[in-house]
Amino acid sequence: MTDDRTDQAEARDVWISGTEEPEWLVHATDEGAQKMRHVETAERLAEQLGTVVGDDFLLEETIGDDDLMIVNMGPQHPSTHGVLRLHVELEGEIVRRVQPIIGYLHTGMEKTAETLPFMLGGTNVTRMDYLAPLHNELCFALAVEQLLGIDLPPRAEAIRVLMTELNRISSHLVALATNGMDIGALSMMLYGFREREGILAFFEKVTGLRMNHNYIRPGGVAADLPDGWEDDVEGILDVMPGRLREYDDLLKENAIWKGRTKHVGILTAEEAVAWSITGPILRSTGIAHDLRKAHPYSGIDRYDFDVPVGTNGDVYDRYRVRVDEIWESLKIVRQVAEAMPRGDYKTDDRKISPPPRQRIDESMEALIHHFKIHTEGFRVPEGEVYVAVESPRGELGCYLVSDGGSQPLRMHTRAPSFANLQSVPIMLADSLLADTIAALASVDPVMGDVDR
Amino acid sequence: MHQSTPPSVITTRLDRAAAAVRGLGVAKWAQTRSMFPATFGLACCAIEMMATGTAHYDLARFGMEVFRASPRQADLMIVAGRVSQKMAPVLRQVYDQMPDPKWVISMGACASSGGMFNNYALVQGVDHVVPVDIYVPGCPPGPQSLMHGILTLHEKVMSGEMAR
Amino acid sequence: MSRPLPDDEILRGVLEGFDNVEWHQSRGQDVLEVRPDDLLAVAGAARSAGFEMCVDVTATDHLGRREPRFDVVANLLSIEHRRRLRIIVPVEFVEDQPPSVSSLTPIWPGANYFEREVYDMFGIVFEGHPDLTRILMPDDWVGHPLRKDFAVGAVPVYFKEGDGA
Repeated sequence: MTDDRTDQAEARDVWISGTEEPEWLVHATDEGAQKMRHVETAERLAEQLGTVVGDDFLLEETIGDDDLMIVNMGPQHPSTHGVLRLHVELEGEIVRRVQPIIGYLHTGMEKTAETLPFMLGGTNVTRMDYLAPLHNELCFALAVEQLLGIDLPPRAEAIRVLMTELNRISSHLVALATNGMDIGALSMMLYGFREREGILAFFEKVTGLRMNHNYIRPGGVAADLPDGWEDDVEGILDVMPGRLREYDDLLKENAIWKGRTKHVGILTAEEAVAWSITGPILRSTGIAHDLRKAHPYSGIDRYDFDVPVGTNGDVYDRYRVRVDEIWESLKIVRQVAEAMPRGDYKTDDRKISPPPRQRIDESMEALIHHFKIHTEGFRVPEGEVYVAVESPRGELGCYLVSDGGSQPLRMHTRAPSFANLQSVPIMLADSLLADTIAALASVDPVMGDVDR
Repeated sequence: MHQSTPPSVITTRLDRAAAAVRGLGVAKWAQTRSMFPATFGLACCAIEMMATGTAHYDLARFGMEVFRASPRQADLMIVAGRVSQKMAPVLRQVYDQMPDPKWVISMGACASSGGMFNNYALVQGVDHVVPVDIYVPGCPPGPQSLMHGILTLHEKVMSGEMAR
Repeated sequence: MSRPLPDDEILRGVLEGFDNVEWHQSRGQDVLEVRPDDLLAVAGAARSAGFEMCVDVTATDHLGRREPRFDVVANLLSIEHRRRLRIIVPVEFVEDQPPSVSSLTPIWPGANYFEREVYDMFGIVFEGHPDLTRILMPDDWVGHPLRKDFAVGAVPVYFKEGDGA
């Protein structure tokens, strides 16, 4: 049988791999021809790769293997979760190498932060991870408060926990929605955003904005919860469990979903720790590390909740971890709503938080404090600190250095998605191209966070 | 020998018919009723654009819920988010790949003018890169603002103000 | 010559054998100040002592405030012991020579992207890094944006009801 095929091949000047190399092939493969072929390929690539910027697609060391086809995904692509560019080297349908190329959303936020007073730092930071803006604000506010050395009233801390846990729910809903849409469950997109509208309506009532709130500021929160907030939270808590069960009906035992997500994009626990992966990805590998338990902040250790953990470290486990985290966050929100302490919603240190507007008419001091805070900004004593919170994507940290002035000397955000993208090449070695989409969706990168 | 209409008469009749149709505004009506947006969501505004497309605010009632991934199939580019220096050539290339007639909506403060990020990293307004038809302010503009912007674009196309 | 030493076992284990490493606390957080030559050795000791994850590598530019000009900062996390540690390496800036320090990627591969970002933003070269190229800025960008002598790049904004501008 093989000999027949070889005869046919010789007749057509085609060589079937695995059979004996014919004469003409042996003579054809000399170094000069190899080199020319690669240059030609590179040039043809240059024409075909539509969204390539500059020369940065030419990675000489990878154009070595004849069978590798280089495919460029992004930065404008429906399923790369923003402006992520993936340089993928394929052998047929199998991905041999993936390299994420980032920087298409770089906004210079860390440089801008050096020009903004501390009270306005939240406006800048909140736009980094735009799906979990309250977490960014919380991280920055905690760093500033640690440098200032102040404590917060319990109501401020409880409001922060309430808002950030609701934010975690809304962020995971987007993750589920886009995860589903990328793999083909298009209705998941509509369901996820439908639930999110309820939570965003609550945010709009409390903070004034649906996204990018600048609500959590150093010293507390910007405004108290409005009257009737308990009913709104109750409404969310009533609706979510039924909807989550709907999503489970759609996805949890669905054969197609399991076929696309089980044993796909596997990351082991050792790899995750070595590559600085945190958040649901780390927990899906089996390591029960959650900053809300390990290094609690903002009084979150007062509430009773569990940390869901996966076993295999595949896409399906990450999906389950995120759904279970929504359940746990609902638990926390219920506890906070039932036991919300009374009192101030921000610290009464007037050097830091501005006085209420009515007081300005009555008291000279209040007027001066208001003026100083809103023009120059409050000064933060010299020092440096690193504070981290558990954002829906992982460890979101803020390294803040102050030189005693009213603007930071250096504000660096440790972005969870930035580190988590390092896992993509590891997860996707020797997988199929379709798995790339599924695995990338499960990593859930937010490019504002990655590029800052 | 049978009579056949000479070519010049046919073309004149076709021209007159086309002019009549154009006068009715059929082309404009068709353009506004199914203006397919290209996916160009960059940052936070993209999330609000996605929210506009989903069930609660529903762009589908305007025939626009199908965001085309390929610019070749799109009429409208909604630049949703901040455009960095690295992304600007990509933006221009995608705009060039869209066939005529095409429109651009600059969604959000960052796309319209650089927003709060007046620094080295961002292009201070996408009108430095592509011609913009409608600017939608907001940070991010809510779905209602974006929809108002889209409907304003539809009105301007229908009235002939932005004829292509 | 006495220098302050931490009370606990883990940090003492890390500091053992290093004479030039200073320990202090900053707002209750443990900080080690390490010289560039000792960095890899101290990092290895920290890793063996239980700091399995390097969560962040960044830098600060102290231009005009103090010498040495740059601080390379590595934040470490121990999942097992629930602790954090910060290592600060002061790096000098010499004219016409890129400041350099050893890369932490042999010990914590996850420091890869962070070090690329520091190189991109500050121009600090990490020796031993597998792929030290720009990561956030375009490849042909000139300059290192987060240095203090690189301007923010703000463009003047003109308003309609201005002074006729």
